[in-house]
Amino acid sequence: MPSLGADMEAGTLVKWLKRPGDTVRRGDIIAVVDTDKGAIEIEVFEDGAIDTLQIEVGQKVPVGTVLAVIRGALSGNSASAAPPTPPAPAAREPQPARLLVSPAARKLAADRGIDLAAVRGTGPQGAITHEDVERAAGATGQAAAPAPVRGGADRASAMRAAIGAAMARSKREIPHYYLSSTIDMNATLAWLRAENERRPMPDRLLPVVLLIKAVATALHEVPELNGYWTSGALQQSPAVHVGCAISLRGGGLIAPAIHDADRKDLSTLMRDLRDLTGRARAGTLRSSELADSTITVTNLGDRGVDATFGIIYPPQVALVGFGRIAERPWVAAGRIEARSLLTATLSADHRASDGHRGGLLLDAIGRRLQTPETL
Amino acid sequence: MITTTYREAIRAAIREALTKDARVFLMGEDVGRYGGAYGVSKGLLAEFGPDRIRDTPLSESTFVGAGIGAALGGMRPIVEVMTVNFSLLALDQIVNNAATIRHMSGGQFSIPLVIRMATGAGRQLAAQHAHSLEGWYAHVPGIRVVAPATLDDARGMLWTALEDPDPVLIFEHQTLYNMEGQLANNAQAVDLDRAAVRRPGKDVSLITYGGTLGKTLQAAETLAGEGIDAEVIDLRTLRPLDMPTIAASVKKTRRAVIVDEGWRSGSLSAEISARLVEQHFYDLDAPIARVCSAEVPIPYPKHLEDAAIPQPPAIIAAARETMGRRG
Amino acid sequence: MIADDITSAIVNALTSVAPEVDPMSIRPGVSFRDQLDLDSMDFLNFVLALHDRLGIDIPERDYPKLYTFDGALAYLASKVTGNHL
Repeated sequence: MPSLGADMEAGTLVKWLKRPGDTVRRGDIIAVVDTDKGAIEIEVFEDGAIDTLQIEVGQKVPVGTVLAVIRGALSGNSASAAPPTPPAPAAREPQPARLLVSPAARKLAADRGIDLAAVRGTGPQGAITHEDVERAAGATGQAAAPAPVRGGADRASAMRAAIGAAMARSKREIPHYYLSSTIDMNATLAWLRAENERRPMPDRLLPVVLLIKAVATALHEVPELNGYWTSGALQQSPAVHVGCAISLRGGGLIAPAIHDADRKDLSTLMRDLRDLTGRARAGTLRSSELADSTITVTNLGDRGVDATFGIIYPPQVALVGFGRIAERPWVAAGRIEARSLLTATLSADHRASDGHRGGLLLDAIGRRLQTPETL
Repeated sequence: MITTTYREAIRAAIREALTKDARVFLMGEDVGRYGGAYGVSKGLLAEFGPDRIRDTPLSESTFVGAGIGAALGGMRPIVEVMTVNFSLLALDQIVNNAATIRHMSGGQFSIPLVIRMATGAGRQLAAQHAHSLEGWYAHVPGIRVVAPATLDDARGMLWTALEDPDPVLIFEHQTLYNMEGQLANNAQAVDLDRAAVRRPGKDVSLITYGGTLGKTLQAAETLAGEGIDAEVIDLRTLRPLDMPTIAASVKKTRRAVIVDEGWRSGSLSAEISARLVEQHFYDLDAPIARVCSAEVPIPYPKHLEDAAIPQPPAIIAAARETMGRRG
Repeated sequence: MIADDITSAIVNALTSVAPEVDPMSIRPGVSFRDQLDLDSMDFLNFVLALHDRLGIDIPERDYPKLYTFDGALAYLASKVTGNHL
């Protein structure tokens, strides 16, 4: 059972799409799993043949459970289906339904009078360890961690709880810093108007696609904002997978990844974004789309907000937010004129980068939006 | 310091014992003219003569029994058994006689016998020459079981074993004989009581002995690169176990991985795990992990043999697991 | 007839992007964005759906004319009629 984000604890197998003996290739969808975020298609990460299916339809199992065994076609080795995606161990801590507490932690908690229900476990299977209790004891007076989510609740409240847990963890663990900068969008909008004029209707672009591309390529200049914070260290990602925050109709939020956004042209990005938005709302996202994002972009301009100050989605280290593009007074060469302006913000993890570098990213994004034809 | 090998260190220990104590003699299959199945006693026949370097018939029960008799009679025999697999032919002598006579005689007789044998896999000697059965002997009261994993122990354990009034079994891992390293010119006899901390660390205790010590130290180095500071304990003596040293380590790290080339079921690793849980339950932060051999007769083909016995990746994975990390 | 066809095209296009919408509850003079919580991607898909259903091309500069039900009806009627002529 792959972890499909920092907030996922368990999933229920809805459907097997392959049977023992079937040949599978990397990228094939082999199963559908139901999570707090909806039904997710599980991809396979190895070429080979299905040996055994280990989980029955309807079974709910914690993250990390082997779903199926795949026998490699050439090597004869077996591998588990859909192993948790590599770069995010910190995101894959299942919160067990029963409180798992190591013996040492239990004794320490008893000695110091610590309420174990308020301690977050980091040990094997999410168990509370001696160190976790020590940390909790040191931080008395701090808000208690959210209780583990129980299954069975309806989808919306389960998703609410999952978002809450991930965001609470982010705010608890990540020392955020925030920067904002105003970007002149005249050049981009003019180019986009002309471009959409000549594009057939299905190929027209939304401004957000240019924003995503600008963020993705700007990260080449400031790579320390693209990746994960795991095991006390920054792990930069060579690939840029941009998580796009998509609000769901009826509430909730999901941020699936556009893979390799820095290397895709605008038409492809637009197609991908349209496809992701549709599938996010239909509940047919794939596991890699939920687990792979190396940075998140959120755009609340549609709702008229001026600027957004987001909470980083762990274990990522940065989030770029955009407000609405609106005509505002702008001083250029001593004259006040109306121009289309956009406020871009950066929320970044101070453990991984400093404000100076964060400022360089916003600057790089802004520069790219002055020459939209190069995006 | 001198550069030497594990094999030469044992030979030097035998030579020293033969020189210092006239009661000492070496006996076993091919130890004389051939120089020993693993070449340990090469040259000793020429140096000490056929009375003290004695080739025996291929009958483990006979020559181990003869060793017990000689020890009873006041000698200090060193009996070499080619491998632990073959020692099963002498199991009756070792378990029913050597281990019991002090008790059966109400303390009137003791058996100051040393039995050396090769153990373990890794040299493609297949299922009848490559098992790790030292854990079975560690089950038996009345004998001491040791496993030198370093040159110092190869050089220093024999003399201390000979001084013990009761039987001592020395297990030499096949893959160690060619191990080369530095040894002090004046290397001394060493104790047979204490486990040794071969690498200090604070995050997880890796407990091992004999042939897997090197692999475990290798795993610890890799783990260090990931920010996991592993402590490596070399048991040295498998019976009696030095629980205070093991416990002190686990008390500090709160996590234990036991690496044992024996099979998992009913193994020495099971015994250590059970004792930690019995005596130190409230010091533990994670389930105890074990890395053991696959439950099959040790295979002959190289890749299968490698796959059957503990290797660094499995040790690393087990250690990560105790830290709550995966992958 | 034409007005009925266009009305059903608008309703179908809307429910394709916002399946939970009750067609009877649509207020004709209020922007879709405000009453149905459409974002720019939804709106684009809405326009595309109209394009597919009615076979007409809608330039981007005309998109604001489609913001309300009444606006869309008037705009599309003129386009469709124009095409038929």
